[in-house]
Amino acid sequence: MHGFDRDESHMIMMKPPGDTMLRDAVGNPGLILGCRHHFPLLHQQINGKALVYLDNAATSQKPQVVIDAMMRYYVEENSNIHRGVHYLSEKATQAYERVRAKVQEFINAASVGEIIFVRGTTEAVNLVASTYGRTQVREGDEVLISEMEHHSNIVPWQILCGEKGARLKVVPMNNDGELLLEEYEKLLTPRTRIVALAHVSNALGTINPVKEMVTMAHRHGIPVLLDGAQSAPHLRVDVRDIDCDFYAFSSHKMFGPTGVGVLYGKEHLLDAMPPYQGGGDMIKSVTFEKTVYNDLPYRFEAGTPNIGGGIGLGAAIDYLGRLDRDAVAAYEHELLDLATRQLALFPGVRVIGTAKEKASVLSFIIEGIHPHDIGTILDVEGIAIRTGHHCAQPVMKHFGVPATARASFAFYNTKEEVDALVRGVRKVIEVLG
Amino acid sequence: MTDLRDLYQEVILDHNKSPRNFHVMDGADRSVEGYNPLCGDHYTLYLKLRKGIIQDVSFTGVGCAISKASASVMTSLVKGKTSAEAVQMFRDFHSLVRGETDLGGSLDHFGKLAAFSGVSEFPARVKCASLAWHTLRAALEAKEQVVSTE
Repeated sequence: MHGFDRDESHMIMMKPPGDTMLRDAVGNPGLILGCRHHFPLLHQQINGKALVYLDNAATSQKPQVVIDAMMRYYVEENSNIHRGVHYLSEKATQAYERVRAKVQEFINAASVGEIIFVRGTTEAVNLVASTYGRTQVREGDEVLISEMEHHSNIVPWQILCGEKGARLKVVPMNNDGELLLEEYEKLLTPRTRIVALAHVSNALGTINPVKEMVTMAHRHGIPVLLDGAQSAPHLRVDVRDIDCDFYAFSSHKMFGPTGVGVLYGKEHLLDAMPPYQGGGDMIKSVTFEKTVYNDLPYRFEAGTPNIGGGIGLGAAIDYLGRLDRDAVAAYEHELLDLATRQLALFPGVRVIGTAKEKASVLSFIIEGIHPHDIGTILDVEGIAIRTGHHCAQPVMKHFGVPATARASFAFYNTKEEVDALVRGVRKVIEVLG
Repeated sequence: MTDLRDLYQEVILDHNKSPRNFHVMDGADRSVEGYNPLCGDHYTLYLKLRKGIIQDVSFTGVGCAISKASASVMTSLVKGKTSAEAVQMFRDFHSLVRGETDLGGSLDHFGKLAAFSGVSEFPARVKCASLAWHTLRAALEAKEQVVSTE
């Protein structure tokens, strides 16, 4: 299980000069496939069949370096941060704060003060809704989201609008699963206080033109929050290039551990926001009469954080940093294209989400067969996919389906696994068609 | 190793393809919705009760093969039974799909319900199999609200 040669694997991942890796990886996936050995969980059997893990949009698997980093932290450095003067506490604090700097670099934020550690994307959105939202949104104002949002980018805004008597407005999409930009333009009004959009749709795979959409919102002086849960593992994210005001993402979808995520916010916005939760670490001084809040980013980080998780996230960022991300994106796209083309050959299979720009998500239905049955039959074949509404019921409603089957890819997946998926779908149709 | 045919037995495939008593019922005494929000199984069960006996029962709706076949088999089995007999059947069925019944013994008294014995190997599907039965029990108890297996 731990048998791979790390030195050798490191060689595989090293970026060669120029675009050689990109060209070679597309022509010769072996370069990327070497990475598969870094993920110990993938090498097991389910129901007597080799595991085919195609549920990466739900959560990704973790490379050994991430698991090792967390284990090392708990074995050698575990201590509470920002508190003790003792050796271990200082070590743990340094390690944790180094991760913040890695995150800053990973998304190209302007300063570490703009990187707030949270539990995940959901908490990040809730943080913005209940601090920025609660102070900026008033009765009659509008919050603008889109039809393809995950429930976690709908419900926090719905709660806020309910409290404030504000209105939740929704950017519609077409039947390919692409947002209608001319409708979006019309929905940006003097009453719009914030726009909250998925960078990549979890249910459809659509990559939204977020840079353009941010520019459009900014022309009206409206800030934009992006839900980056699905984009962080697949795309290079540059928050200053996109110019978004908030960016939220989760460690566990980008090969790090669960329970830790990031909220990026522009400093001037974070500075003006009230605290999210009260407690330790977010204060400078406390008396019964008055509390002086801490500086950014700590003001938004009450309580002992998920330190071990943070360390794991840092290792995941280091790992991704050693990959040629463009080659990874091109390879994942090749898997997606191959799977899409093959599944479309079956009569009765309908792909849900056919946007021109897509990332790694293949949602589909088979006429007359419920997605739950597809999921069970594939599971017996050792193939893990997600079935259901993907926490995006409005998307299901748009396409008139109760649920879909969703295969989602990572760079450690192979063309052979796409073939296994196709064989599995053939079996589903044989059994239930 | 789990075999697919343990779950998708012939009876289930047949009732999924050609569900029995699959229609709206005019003049039903009671109609109750059953809904599993996780997977979107959504049925309406119609019931005619006369002196504690299920005189007629039917259903409509959409869902997976397991939930639909279970609803279909259930309607064909409980027709003509008393409320108490139907509730007892549900208890037996529930213990069968939850793997609490000794499968080494005879399943003869289960009749068609025995086709659902394989469900116990698939814990995620127990809710699918029992949705219609939960809905029936609510209808017998004259509960009006939507029944959910979540």
